[in-house]
Amino acid sequence: MTTAEPTVSLADRADARPAGPRPARSSRAARTRRKWYEIIGLTGPAAIVFAVFVLAPMGFAVYYSLYRWSGYGWPTEFRGLENYFGPYGAFRDPIFLDALRNNGIILAGSLAIQGPLALAMALLLNRRFRGRSVFRLLVFVPYVLSEVTVGIMWQLILLRDGTADTVLTNLGLGSLITGWLANLDVVIWTMLFILTWKYTGFALILFLAGLANIPNELTEAAAIDGASWWQTQRYVTIPMLGSTIRIWMFLSMIGSLQVFDVIWVASTPAVRSLGASNSMATYMVDHGFNQREWGYGNAVAVILFVISFIAALLFQRFVLRRDVEGALTRRVKH
Amino acid sequence: MRITRRSGAFFALVASITLAASGCSGGDSGNTSTGSELYKNPVTLNWWHNANQAGPFQTLWQKVADDFHAAHPTVTIKITAIETNDLQRNRIPAALLSSSPPDILQAWGGGEMVEQVKADYLKDITADTKAEVAAIGAASKIWSVDGKQYGLPFSFGTEGFWYNKDQFTKAGIAAAPTTLDELNAAVTKLKAINVTPIAVGAGDKWPAAHWWYNFAVRECPAAALSDASTKSVFDDPCFVKAGDDLKTFLGTKPFQPNFLATPGQAGATSSAGLVANGKAAMELMGHWNGGVMQTLTPDQKAPTFLSWFPFPSVPGAGGGQNTQMGGGDGFACSKKAPAECVEFLKYIVSPDVQKAFAATGSGIPTVKGSEAGLADPVLQTIAKATQSAEGVQLWLDTAFGAKSGTAMNDAIVAIFADKGTPQGVVDALKKATAR
Repeated sequence: MTTAEPTVSLADRADARPAGPRPARSSRAARTRRKWYEIIGLTGPAAIVFAVFVLAPMGFAVYYSLYRWSGYGWPTEFRGLENYFGPYGAFRDPIFLDALRNNGIILAGSLAIQGPLALAMALLLNRRFRGRSVFRLLVFVPYVLSEVTVGIMWQLILLRDGTADTVLTNLGLGSLITGWLANLDVVIWTMLFILTWKYTGFALILFLAGLANIPNELTEAAAIDGASWWQTQRYVTIPMLGSTIRIWMFLSMIGSLQVFDVIWVASTPAVRSLGASNSMATYMVDHGFNQREWGYGNAVAVILFVISFIAALLFQRFVLRRDVEGALTRRVKH
Repeated sequence: MRITRRSGAFFALVASITLAASGCSGGDSGNTSTGSELYKNPVTLNWWHNANQAGPFQTLWQKVADDFHAAHPTVTIKITAIETNDLQRNRIPAALLSSSPPDILQAWGGGEMVEQVKADYLKDITADTKAEVAAIGAASKIWSVDGKQYGLPFSFGTEGFWYNKDQFTKAGIAAAPTTLDELNAAVTKLKAINVTPIAVGAGDKWPAAHWWYNFAVRECPAAALSDASTKSVFDDPCFVKAGDDLKTFLGTKPFQPNFLATPGQAGATSSAGLVANGKAAMELMGHWNGGVMQTLTPDQKAPTFLSWFPFPSVPGAGGGQNTQMGGGDGFACSKKAPAECVEFLKYIVSPDVQKAFAATGSGIPTVKGSEAGLADPVLQTIAKATQSAEGVQLWLDTAFGAKSGTAMNDAIVAIFADKGTPQGVVDALKKATAR
């Protein structure tokens, strides 16, 4: 059914040409048809999987989010947009607004700290020196560890009178010690620290791969022109690394908006429920499952999706535009 | 949210009421298994329980399944053990919603069971379990809804202070506190010998919330608690008083520092671990605590210095001073489970299995007489206290159901964090059902 239509329209266009020999037209139509069979045959399975496991659940989430539903039986109490904007809706819940703020802190902190840190390390590790691969490996190790392992590890390190406190005391910085995971004003910064520790290695590996793609000729040319190491980095290397940095920013942004595991493991339910460390994703699970507010939890999931989606679109439109030209944009005027 | 009846209502755990309680839970009930079909066809029972940590308790459940299979070869039992919170909050609700729920599932009774019954998920076992209900007594009422039985508890006990008697002696505390004033005095004496007086796993929220529950039981008349459970009415000023009591008590700084980051049961630095390893002197916790502490010490044994006393009376408070908080664990059969499921449920609460359960030290059995199997002296003490309590109030979060229960716990934790007020708990309870 769907295959017929483009075939016809193309055939019509062929008809419009005055001197179109018949045999050529039919073989062309057959070729077009074959092309469409190929397209459908090859993308069909993926499209079905995508529809069933991505689009349909998204539709269900939107549908459920309009109900008051405890998860027992099917949803029956229609509430419209109450779960979003009602007096007890997400946007009126101070704890959810805390979660939004926490996601904002993690997003801004990740971009502002991880990026420059990883870039500096990448530039250093890109120079030749003895033991370079060992250093590269060490910086990358935290990224390889699973989030749960990282969460538990830091929980143990940051215990009262634990490793971190002992190290600080021995450095004469004992006065800085606080309840790293219990002081409600500090916990989110502890989380940011753990996330930075873990994900800087990821940024680093991306940047090193980007650096490897920069032709030596460019830096050699800069050297011949008498550029210092700093000038070479500033005017040759970093601009050439632009697309890699932008892609990393994109991944880091989406990861920050959806952060869950480390916070879930390293901070306790009490600290989360007080709004000190929760993210939108942990808030969603705490309410959707643990508090048996399934309709409300779905509303939070939809909000999380919409925010991530808009952020992704804006970023692609304004920042990634040059990198994904043609693939996602229609036509870009030069 | 209209709930006709919360089975977690206040009830007296006195032996004489046993028969009356089971008597009124009779009535008509369909779904009676025809005895002739039992054990004819091979069936597989999927059993979901929460003994997910290796230990005597987990071993016992495996043995129970194996023994049942040996006695009835047509029945194969497939066990899935899941961590309790995940099981209760995520896995069971999702499985019940699907077309293939487990046949035998862990059930905690109270408000949650009311919801499950309302959604028609559970098998009515009233007719088949009359003898078991009689043997268990009043506690079985928590696993019934509107007079019909839907589950059977294998364990039930009251909450109290698990304490280190060596440290008490060292601090010069002659006898276990029986009033709040004596508890305050004990806290002062323990601080004087540089011991953390009380450990609380406030990080998990509910261990902190239990403090408020106990103050509420001391402050509130039975009728107020019953109205709260069955009608969601929280207007009695006693609920605010409970928060005031808690706030005053928190002012004496009895707990370990950074308690908002302390979990209740996970690891040696949890509140149970702090007591088990001699780092804190007391913990307010349910009857399962000995089983938890077993897994948290280097030698994997419950420490010998442990002893127990019930929550002390609060001078001048208007509630039951010898009423205790408590709760238990049970199992239910899902609606479509084969009749063999009910037989297995009955087997779990048979005297032999109950005695074996008592011997694991993981909790107090429910069937009368099986407490003789309790080897642990602390559990013997709790069993006696449970029997002699004037009444037992089911954990308030279980009694109120997941929504109100969690909102209440959050508000109580806010008091612990010095961010909430006693009135805030009542407000949270009142608006909890809105989502």
